[in-house]
Amino acid sequence: MSEATAVPGAATDTVLSLRGICKHFGAVAALTEVDLDVAAGEVVAVVGDNGAGKSTLVKVLSGVYTPDAGSIVLRGEPVFLDSPALAHARGIATVFQDLALCENLDVKANLFLGQELRPWMLDDVAMEKRSWQLLRELSAKIPTLDVPVAALSGGQRQTVAIARSLLSDPQIVLLDEPTAALGVAQTAEVLNLVERLKHKGLGVVMISHNMEDVRAVADRVAVLRLGRNNGVFDAASVSAEEIVAAITGSTDNVVARRAARRTTSPQAEKGEL
Amino acid sequence: MTSLGTPAATATDLQDERLATPQGITDNVRAAIRRVRDGDLGSLPVIGGIVVIWTIFQSLNATFLSSTNLVNLSFDMVPVGVLALGIVCVLMVGQIDLSVGSVSGVSAAITAVVMVKHEQPMVLAVLAAVAAGCLIGWVYGQVFNRVGVPSFVVTLGGLLAFLGVQLWLLRGQNAINLPYDSTLVRFAQLWFVPHWLAYALAVAAAGGFLATGWVRARTRRRAELSSSSLQWLVTQSLLLLAALLFAVSYLNRTRGVAWMFVFFVALVLVMNYVFTRTKFGRSLCAVGGNAEASRRAGIDVRGVYTAAFVLCSGLAATGGILAASRLAAANQSTGTGDVNLNAIAAAVIGGTSLFGGRGSTFAALLGVLVIQSISSGLTLLNLDSSYRFVITGAVLLIAVGLDSVARRSRQAHGRG
Ligand SMILES: Nc1ncnc2c1ncn2[C@@H]1O[C@H](COP(=O)(O)OP(=O)(O)OP(=O)(O)O)[C@@H](O)[C@H]1O
Ligand SMILES: [Mg+2]
Repeated sequence: MSEATAVPGAATDTVLSLRGICKHFGAVAALTEVDLDVAAGEVVAVVGDNGAGKSTLVKVLSGVYTPDAGSIVLRGEPVFLDSPALAHARGIATVFQDLALCENLDVKANLFLGQELRPWMLDDVAMEKRSWQLLRELSAKIPTLDVPVAALSGGQRQTVAIARSLLSDPQIVLLDEPTAALGVAQTAEVLNLVERLKHKGLGVVMISHNMEDVRAVADRVAVLRLGRNNGVFDAASVSAEEIVAAITGSTDNVVARRAARRTTSPQAEKGEL
Repeated sequence: MTSLGTPAATATDLQDERLATPQGITDNVRAAIRRVRDGDLGSLPVIGGIVVIWTIFQSLNATFLSSTNLVNLSFDMVPVGVLALGIVCVLMVGQIDLSVGSVSGVSAAITAVVMVKHEQPMVLAVLAAVAAGCLIGWVYGQVFNRVGVPSFVVTLGGLLAFLGVQLWLLRGQNAINLPYDSTLVRFAQLWFVPHWLAYALAVAAAGGFLATGWVRARTRRRAELSSSSLQWLVTQSLLLLAALLFAVSYLNRTRGVAWMFVFFVALVLVMNYVFTRTKFGRSLCAVGGNAEASRRAGIDVRGVYTAAFVLCSGLAATGGILAASRLAAANQSTGTGDVNLNAIAAAVIGGTSLFGGRGSTFAALLGVLVIQSISSGLTLLNLDSSYRFVITGAVLLIAVGLDSVARRSRQAHGRG
């Protein structure tokens, strides 16, 4: 692991910066006044409880939802991302939590969906070659590309979704729980990949519930709680307890209590019950 | 893995040890049989259905499979077949168009009015009719995209409205006859491919199949991907050639291969190319499979819906012109009655999914062959349309039932 380059809040060459993003779904305020900065060559982990608004934030950034308020600045230029196509064009690639694959299409068709080679005479051979190359890089365990995605396992699908985000040479990659369904080797490959992207100078936003993964690759950890910013930490110096406390909103939380119970003797635990 | 068991020369896509790959002809045949058993039936049920239907009608009336009757069949299936092609387009994106019959009726009426009443050139009449069809499709697309009315309702409205427009265009007359010496009528009744040219086309088709397959296999081999064996390709091409030559020689015993039929087959092939080999075709499939995922992939989903509706109505208009040409008249009942449902039934019988994302243009070709065979057979038996409706309905039910069973089997065997 390299040294953390960026100091919290003080990014030098910011590629992406969000200010005051709000998003409502009816009466539910999914995001309220959220700020986030991502520098080139930086991995920002976004963490938070279920329903904290992480996926909503990703969807705002990828043009799926338009924010109700707030501004998005890409490389110093304010942008209005009102469609996924526009976000693609701006170099933002996304792996969605629900993967957003077409189950009826085969693996290569899914990988190249929306960016097929030779629109009027599809170059299947080149697309298949590139597909294999990408999938091998991720140690994908997919026996054949001719099957519809419906026939793949959950982890295989996730690998396909990740491979797809790399296809278009993006400048910013958004990963919404990219390793949730992956095996040990594939998770390691994805973490390697995140580091490779970082060294190539891309901005990476990674959402994960896995603290180990977060601390392994992230430079900074941004915590969302109930749709609001709840602190940005330097990943190298912050402790897991501090992050958990920020996620749950107090130091006296269920995770801390469990940890405390583990360290006390079994007798004491019985007594507690 | 590569250093162990598998030789270094294994194609890129065959390196997974779990993969069973066919090698020679027997393997290919065996793989095909396994596919069918897993429920990946392809066109097999329809072809089987056609064989059954033809056998039954032939045993009931010996003229059914006569060259004359088949030539007629090849004419009669075209108008509904073109409509069914349009239906395949909208079914691909998971929508439906109930108004293809009415649109074809309007288009027939426009053609007749422009050509006969206003004495304009035929080309102008045809262009006007097709343009009107495309415009109708565009309006459907806008209403569907912007207002959000389900396509079922939009096109049900269209079904009624355009029936009205058709009656209004033909007001005061039951029918407008198209002149017998016009190109349209001759095309739809009299024009046949010269016998030698028909054979040449058959050879060219099989040769084209072989050539594209060969080029494809070569580029795949060069890219170190697996390719089907040359032997298997040649076998397939020879089988195709034999089938085509037999069909042509049989039709050539009487009048031969109609240009209108060639037109239809060409349309099917062109559309098949668009569906399978272009980005647009991929988008159609993707939107039918998962519209939200397609949107997130950057596809202009609304545009794709509009294009599907425009294609469908445009083809419906074309089918209407052909129907009028076939009859040498546009009348108040052109495109009414069972035309709509036949077109939809043909697409579905051929194997197009009603839920979107799965279908092929050959479905329209085979499906309409089934429907038109039933209709022709019953006409030969002097049975009225009551039987035709019942039998067509039953065949539709069987086809969809078979497809549902096959789908379950496909899912169980991981073939989507
Ligand atoms: N399309 C929607 N319509 C209505 N409410 C929504 C929608 N999407 C998200 N929400 C609401 O917004 C809030 C944030 O959801 P979001 O999916 O962003 O959570 P998350 O942080 O990604 O959670 P998880 O860890 O479970 O993935 C939730 O309360 C959810 O109910
Ligand atoms: Mg989420």
